[in-house]
Amino acid sequence: MNLIGFAQTFFNDPSRWSGSDGIPTRLAEHVEYSLLALAIAMLIGLPIGLLTGHTGRGGNALAALATAARALPSFGLLVLLTIMMGLGLTPVMVPLVALAVPPILVTTYEAMRGVDPALVDAARGMGLPTARVLWQVELPVALPLILSGIRSAAIQIVSTATIAAYVSFGGLGRYIVDGLSQVRYDKVVGGAVLVAGLALATLAFFWLLTRLLVSPGVRRSR
Amino acid sequence: MSFFDRFFQVPSDLQNSWWGLVGWQFHLTLLPVLWGLLLALPLGLLCARFRWLYPPVLGVATVFYAIPSLAFFVFLIDVTGETPITVEIPLTIYTLVVLVPAIVDGMRSVSEETRAAATAMGFGTLRRYLQVELPIAVPAIIAGLRVATVSSVSLVSIGVLIGNQGALGNLLSDAMNYHRPLLAWDAVLTIAVLGVLLDALLVLARRLLTPWARKATSA
Repeated sequence: MNLIGFAQTFFNDPSRWSGSDGIPTRLAEHVEYSLLALAIAMLIGLPIGLLTGHTGRGGNALAALATAARALPSFGLLVLLTIMMGLGLTPVMVPLVALAVPPILVTTYEAMRGVDPALVDAARGMGLPTARVLWQVELPVALPLILSGIRSAAIQIVSTATIAAYVSFGGLGRYIVDGLSQVRYDKVVGGAVLVAGLALATLAFFWLLTRLLVSPGVRRSR
Repeated sequence: MSFFDRFFQVPSDLQNSWWGLVGWQFHLTLLPVLWGLLLALPLGLLCARFRWLYPPVLGVATVFYAIPSLAFFVFLIDVTGETPITVEIPLTIYTLVVLVPAIVDGMRSVSEETRAAATAMGFGTLRRYLQVELPIAVPAIIAGLRVATVSSVSLVSIGVLIGNQGALGNLLSDAMNYHRPLLAWDAVLTIAVLGVLLDALLVLARRLLTPWARKATSA
């Protein structure tokens, strides 16, 4: 049977669409882990990125930190923490957050550094206080790049949340991990299709978000 | 047995030594990065030369990049079986996706005067690309290579889920099965050290390939 055949077998099975191992439940679990990890990563990455980017200090330290974090294998970290701490939300969240903070942090820093200094000077010259310069001038101009950083973080989280199933957590990875061990290839392919679909939906969501949030003036200049 | 000996002791079911696993990891990581670079160089040239080509290429690339590695591996099992190629193809595509924009951006950063000077000296397109534009784009290309290489090193370990093709990642399944945390530490630390090491080598390569950059900053 080919990929399409496997996918059809999976999606045509009516029992797939309900219950604790049904697609709606697994999809909801996957989205839940992903959103929680993204929220934590944004809470860590955005303030530090905005502040260091605004002041222009600490860029080298951030770059070094990001490389070190990128070198940490998410899957390895997940297995290690699960063995050490037992099954729980923390061993699943730590690798996902560690994966997502560097892109958010580094792109936010670079987005803020990339704001034309003439704009900032003009805003200051008009008598805007620092906080308003940050919120009303630097942030809107830096926003497209900041959003692209959050987008790559979100997609990496959605991809990687799959491996949580390996340590008997839920989410869409369940179908892939269970299917591989049961040699049920339709399940494996169905799970992979769902994760890939969710990743593409995330991409589309951020495209829409960028259309809505980025001011038309900034968009035109890019 | 000392702690040090135990750290390098690989369970016999993996039929590999610690160094064997490290070599395997290098193989699975570097071959895709090399292929990605070889494919990205002509593609980057085409995208920079024919501007209309860049947006669709970037779009397709972004979509491919959004496909999770585990899902990508799984799709390929049907075609390539549980072999190293199944791990290598997705990593090659990820590298390509990171490198093409890096090369295009790098080439666009070449000033019009430089390009005009090269043309005036009688350089054709290919020669100008290889001898003028590519060297100037080296920092951008290496920045892309660093991201691709370091993430490939850690993505390889996921290969263990599709039939023990994870090199050092195979230690992780043993760590779970036998409940031996030390094996997990071994995998995580070794992979992280390999990532940082390869990154440092790329930074070194950039310094060697762009001697003018250092002179400019010290002046």
